[in-house]
Amino acid sequence: MSQSLRPYLSAVRSTLTAALSLSNFASQASERHNVPEIEAKTSPEVVLNPLTVSRNQEERVLVEPSVNSVRVSLRIKQADEIEHILVHKFTRFLTQRAEAFFILRRKPVPGYDISFLITNFHTEEMLKHKLVDFIIQFMEEVDKEISEMKLFLNARARFVAESFLTPFD
Amino acid sequence: MAAPQVHHLFHAPINDHSFSADRSTLAVTKDNNVELYGSSGGAFRLQDELRGHDKLVTGVDIAPRSGRIVTSSQDRNAYVWEPSRTGEWKPTLVLLRINRAATCVRWSPSETKFAVGSGARIIAICYFEEENDWWVSKHLKKPLRSTVTSVAWHPNSVLLAAGSTDGHARVLSSFIKGTDERPEPSAWGERLPFNTVCGEYLNATAGWIHSVAFSPSGNALAFTAHDSSITVVYPSAPEQPPQAVISVSTQLLPFADLLWVSESEIVCAGYDCEVYRFGGSVSGWQLTGSLEKASAGAGAGAAREESALNMFRSMDLKGRSGGVDDTKLRTVHQNSINSLRAYQGGGTGQVSKISTGGVDGRVVVWNL
Repeated sequence: MSQSLRPYLSAVRSTLTAALSLSNFASQASERHNVPEIEAKTSPEVVLNPLTVSRNQEERVLVEPSVNSVRVSLRIKQADEIEHILVHKFTRFLTQRAEAFFILRRKPVPGYDISFLITNFHTEEMLKHKLVDFIIQFMEEVDKEISEMKLFLNARARFVAESFLTPFD
Repeated sequence: MAAPQVHHLFHAPINDHSFSADRSTLAVTKDNNVELYGSSGGAFRLQDELRGHDKLVTGVDIAPRSGRIVTSSQDRNAYVWEPSRTGEWKPTLVLLRINRAATCVRWSPSETKFAVGSGARIIAICYFEEENDWWVSKHLKKPLRSTVTSVAWHPNSVLLAAGSTDGHARVLSSFIKGTDERPEPSAWGERLPFNTVCGEYLNATAGWIHSVAFSPSGNALAFTAHDSSITVVYPSAPEQPPQAVISVSTQLLPFADLLWVSESEIVCAGYDCEVYRFGGSVSGWQLTGSLEKASAGAGAGAAREESALNMFRSMDLKGRSGGVDDTKLRTVHQNSINSLRAYQGGGTGQVSKISTGGVDGRVVVWNL
């Protein structure tokens, strides 16, 4: 793990641990409903201030807590055009399978690549500290995954170009 | 200190729990129902189920003397359950007249009334009307600006404390003519007609108030807020600013519930899954420790002993090089604690045992 990644992840970890203090809170706006307040935004007093933790200009995390739900949005590092395409394809692959991930939001918040929506039902069903671990691990792995894919893509491009240009030798 | 008794009842969150006065019956909320457990030997066995609500049950309270059970739910209703001659529990619907979820419920010490907090910015004070044979309610709504998260009664059964998500803890009068006797004048107020506001205290950061409670004598009020603080208010005289407002902020996660053990000690529990003690008086309060300490020390030693074994096991089974398995928390509760109750003692005396109910489906009895 690089030197700047460690404090970044530990800041995200403590932010998430504090933000995951959720309770079962029925809607004040509509009768017999129980909705994530961070998405509904119908009662301003139960939504807390959003917080951004950023490592550099490209990489940042937005944590938006509320009384019964937390929205966590990640911006993944994209140095060039290829990485931009890879990140897009990768997050699209994940969000299309959002049901299997439980806490994944189907659409990222504008300005971010991937969003998670954690409600009180998730913290009740799953272990809170493990949910935090999952997001931290995801952040650790995703950079590695993207750079691996980029290397693989470059190698493949070189191979294709070589075999395509062989007849003109 | 003896080890806490852990009762793992089921795998669902417990929003509230309550013991009967003789501690033989335990009522816990489970989804849309309330389950009644009877104690046999050291364990609790499921005896009965109170079905009737069609949304999550948010509160349950057993009246210590009459044995009546009151439940509140997010379906906007409250029921009073009374045992019939055949041994079944018979529900009576309470006319709450609220149009949002009921969030909490507590019997008054006199057991002639109970208070139901709601998401409709209303507290319904319910009392039994003989001529109609019905539980009816009067609404406290004036200064409330958001969902009421908790209610607590003063020992005189007239004053009511309420915490709300608008960041205020309030002390209100719930005097009902015909049901209540005229209360003794106290530091909170002398004349107390219905809906008199005797005190209104804003949390420093306007954080949501999670729980409120009067001290055993009723001469102090404590509340916990979402900024992980606990505040104790000592009133001076009616219509006067309070004698002291002591706020203790901590580095812990917020406390979901609090309980006065005696006039000089409070226990709090919440999202840290641990029970903490606070001690103090009108001159100041501080955090004095955790109930978990003794058992946590032993746990750490055991963890060190097994770490080599666990390291190879996790490398083998899970493909992880990291040492110990960290799925299990060091604390007794494995998820947030939602409710805290006096198990033994209470009233005017010192509480010697407390019980906690958590999101992990455990009810734990602690010795203090």
